[in-house]
Amino acid sequence: MEKSRYELALESLKELVQRIYSQMESGEIPSMELPARTKYNIKLDLKSGVWKYGDAKILRTAKKIDGAYTLLRTMYMMDFIREMVEENKSSTLRELYYISEGWDLAKFHTQDESNKLAEDLEIVTRFLREDFKLRPEEDGATVIGNITFEEMNRRGKPQKINCRDDVGDAGYAIPYNVENEKLKIVDYDADFVLAIETGGMFDRLVENGYDEKARSILVHLKGQPARSTRRLLKRLNEELNLPVLVFTDGDPWSFRIYASVAYGAIKTAHLSEYLATPTAEFIGITSSDIVNYDLPTDKLNDKDIQALNAELTDPRFNTQFWKNEIELMLKLGKKAEQQALAKYGLNYVTDVYLPEKVSELGI
Amino acid sequence: MDIAEDLAKRQKEISIAEFFEKNKQILGFDSPQKALVMAVKEAVDNSLDACEDAKILPEINVTIERVEKDEYKLTVEDNGPGIVRREVPKVFGQFLYGSRFHAVRQTRGQQGIGISAVVLYGQLTTGKPVKIETKILSEDVGYSFELLIDTMKNRANVLREEPIIVKKKSGVKIEINLKGKYTKGRQSVIDYLQNTAIVNPHATIIFNDPDGLKIKYERVWDQPIEPPKETKPHPLGVEIGEIMKMVSQTNAKKVSTFLCSEFSRISTNLSIEICKKAGIDPNKDPKKLSLKEIKALQDSFKNVKILPPSPESLSPIGETLIKKGLKNVLGELKPSFYSIPVTRNPSVYGGNPFVVEAGLVYGGNIPQDEPVKILRFANRVPLLYQAGSCALTKAVENLDWRKYGLEQRGGQGIPVGPMIILIHIGSTRVPYTSEAKEAISEIPEIINELDLALKESARQIRTFLIKKEVKNKLTEKFFLVQKILPRIAEKSSMILQKPLPKLEPVITKIMNVVWVDEKVEQFKGYARIRVSISNFTPEIKNFNVYGDISEGKIDRGSIKPFGDYDEKKDYIFWEIKDLKPLEQMDFEFVVNDLKTDYGESVYYIEGIDPVHVVGAEPLPGDWNIESLRSIIEEEEEEENGEE
Repeated sequence: MEKSRYELALESLKELVQRIYSQMESGEIPSMELPARTKYNIKLDLKSGVWKYGDAKILRTAKKIDGAYTLLRTMYMMDFIREMVEENKSSTLRELYYISEGWDLAKFHTQDESNKLAEDLEIVTRFLREDFKLRPEEDGATVIGNITFEEMNRRGKPQKINCRDDVGDAGYAIPYNVENEKLKIVDYDADFVLAIETGGMFDRLVENGYDEKARSILVHLKGQPARSTRRLLKRLNEELNLPVLVFTDGDPWSFRIYASVAYGAIKTAHLSEYLATPTAEFIGITSSDIVNYDLPTDKLNDKDIQALNAELTDPRFNTQFWKNEIELMLKLGKKAEQQALAKYGLNYVTDVYLPEKVSELGI
Repeated sequence: MDIAEDLAKRQKEISIAEFFEKNKQILGFDSPQKALVMAVKEAVDNSLDACEDAKILPEINVTIERVEKDEYKLTVEDNGPGIVRREVPKVFGQFLYGSRFHAVRQTRGQQGIGISAVVLYGQLTTGKPVKIETKILSEDVGYSFELLIDTMKNRANVLREEPIIVKKKSGVKIEINLKGKYTKGRQSVIDYLQNTAIVNPHATIIFNDPDGLKIKYERVWDQPIEPPKETKPHPLGVEIGEIMKMVSQTNAKKVSTFLCSEFSRISTNLSIEICKKAGIDPNKDPKKLSLKEIKALQDSFKNVKILPPSPESLSPIGETLIKKGLKNVLGELKPSFYSIPVTRNPSVYGGNPFVVEAGLVYGGNIPQDEPVKILRFANRVPLLYQAGSCALTKAVENLDWRKYGLEQRGGQGIPVGPMIILIHIGSTRVPYTSEAKEAISEIPEIINELDLALKESARQIRTFLIKKEVKNKLTEKFFLVQKILPRIAEKSSMILQKPLPKLEPVITKIMNVVWVDEKVEQFKGYARIRVSISNFTPEIKNFNVYGDISEGKIDRGSIKPFGDYDEKKDYIFWEIKDLKPLEQMDFEFVVNDLKTDYGESVYYIEGIDPVHVVGAEPLPGDWNIESLRSIIEEEEEEENGEE
């Protein structure tokens, strides 16, 4: 019988355990090598056009207390995955975090720690965390527009959903698994995909009927987008050849949202090829929009300025466009929200701003 | 009437009382809280000075009672030599009396305004006389006085004077009523007395506060302080006015003898050279010197070679007493570290000798995240006010404490951490910023000495903090190899269904240290010291260990197992042979003749790479901090932060 992907992933994990065991057996200090997951170790992969981890490695070793703790946690997590695979169960990342409460010394102190370790295992084994029976919580990102999906529902039956006609105002909720086995794209009638950062703006565009007016598919990113949202954007772009436009607030954090959609996120650079849409375009709010549209603004705080300066040394932002944007924002000392466009009325964004920006891009 | 005549008449009428009233701020009576502190300070400083002169161990009783809402009665009683009956009216009843005639030495008294100012303040605010009881050793009876100051004549008006029976051998007791405000906390009477006790560990100070609180600082040093020697003024340390005064009061008949007899460091030859340079006949009568000539004399002081002033007139507190004082008073904070106090060599500014001292305590219950507390002293007297404009504070602020392991924003300002700094400057003439005598001027020579004293202390803190960090790392590693590593092994063998791997080689590789650990068991007058030397390295080790005790005497017979003991050098020697990985050797010995609790021994090692030894230093003595550093830094290379 052919092994399931869970069993294959488990085998790969066991190989990792074996390596650590062998080290101890031969009197060596147990350790594990990982790519350095920092902005200084991401490289543009010319073939795919996305940013991936480079060759810099870190050694996680039990010589040091933090390293020892992490190795111990790794052991517990692997054992927990083994249990789930054997008992045919799965858990959310949050559940994993809570389950570690019972792991004594190996318990996690924040969910960030457990999420990060799950990612580490992905990187080392080249499997996905779903293969380890770990899944993220549904994060509530949504779609509205004339596109029809066929989703395998929880009774195991395919169900067709048109994201304009079959959903309410809140839209179609993106499931955590958007692979073809779970979600098929059946049909669509649109010219581009518009990914929107904030709920307020998404609602505004929905109410103004921008999906129909501009023949667009609206995707609500809900802040920093989850993997499934980014994966879906990539499928829409690759499989349907639809341009993806990203519309965010005009602040340093929104620049990073765009970067993770288009270039790949630093945290998940091992999956960039699978998650990033290198042709995605940034619509705004740009720093020049703040000036050109004379938008209401807030002052940059210390953290904002720090973030902008950090972006200046982030290789993903090392283009003339971003240099200008970041430097202009630093010079203005100001940031603006998407909804600042309401200064000119509720229809301004759909009647003036977006048509202007979209046509600039030649769509 | 002539305007000048009129003015002259009015001038006469400005009484001492008015003068005082106008200059209250300058004299330090600017707030009711401060008035009370000043009164205590003047009385206590006088008592301590008097005891020191008479080589008596001071015992000073301070009591403050509330008479009315804002009126207090202050009683200060000492066991000093007492004041001769005929001097009493002058000492207490004459404003600005009592300055020593041209004698130069370090005293507490010069820090203040004089006890008579306190008497006057009390009299002006309450109208009540001061009560004084005094007894001297050579008389059988004491005397009790009640007096007021006649503010017009600046003289005592003795209301009552009678002999009394006094039980003690000698001493003074004064009772003053005054307006004020009693507070606790910063800049309070308690604050003042506590700090006084720190720098006077030979004194017992008892305080009864108006709320029924009783505080006693018991002496921890039972030898009186050697009073500093009086010397004549140094030529470079006198102002023109002083020379004029000296000229008018000298008995010398010739300028040259005047110079030799009234100044220090001037020989006959030098006096003639000075006269020559000033263009003055050495045989001239000094009383006939013109102002211009005196000025010429002063100028020529600068143009001849004069030895710096003698430091004999100084009285540094000294390492032992600073440490004892700090332990005695701050002991309840249980600091984990006392620096070896630093007493700098005497130095000179403008002809005045001075000496700077510093001491630090760190850790324990001292607040972690507050600015470091600075205890300032001048001539053994606490300085409580105007900290911000004082050279002692500025010296702390100007040092980059980050280099020594403390927190300090931008490497400037008062550092933050669980630390108290004591700084003392002793001088025959303390350069205050103002008449209130509350802050020290920033004189380059003094700033320089302060900086050196603080740096010397700060280096000790750094060593202590590094040692502590090494110890923490070691504790962490013990936890790692004893708790975490076995679990990693357990869990991995369980997942793989394989037997538990042997961990000893891994443990020694992770630890990779030889550990010298000392445990002290304290008894009355002696201590039993247990030393364990453990090999946590992967190799068999051969090396030598020397144990050097910090105080007391080693009981030769108690050394177990018998080690070589060099009586002359006072250290123990052990030869460690074939100490295998994860093996431990234990030694013990007894230290006798202990006056205080035993601190810690210092261990030295020989024949082994000191980088891999914790708890002992390489031989010879001068131990290498860098090797410790390298252990810490080695740890920090791996896995850095991520975005």
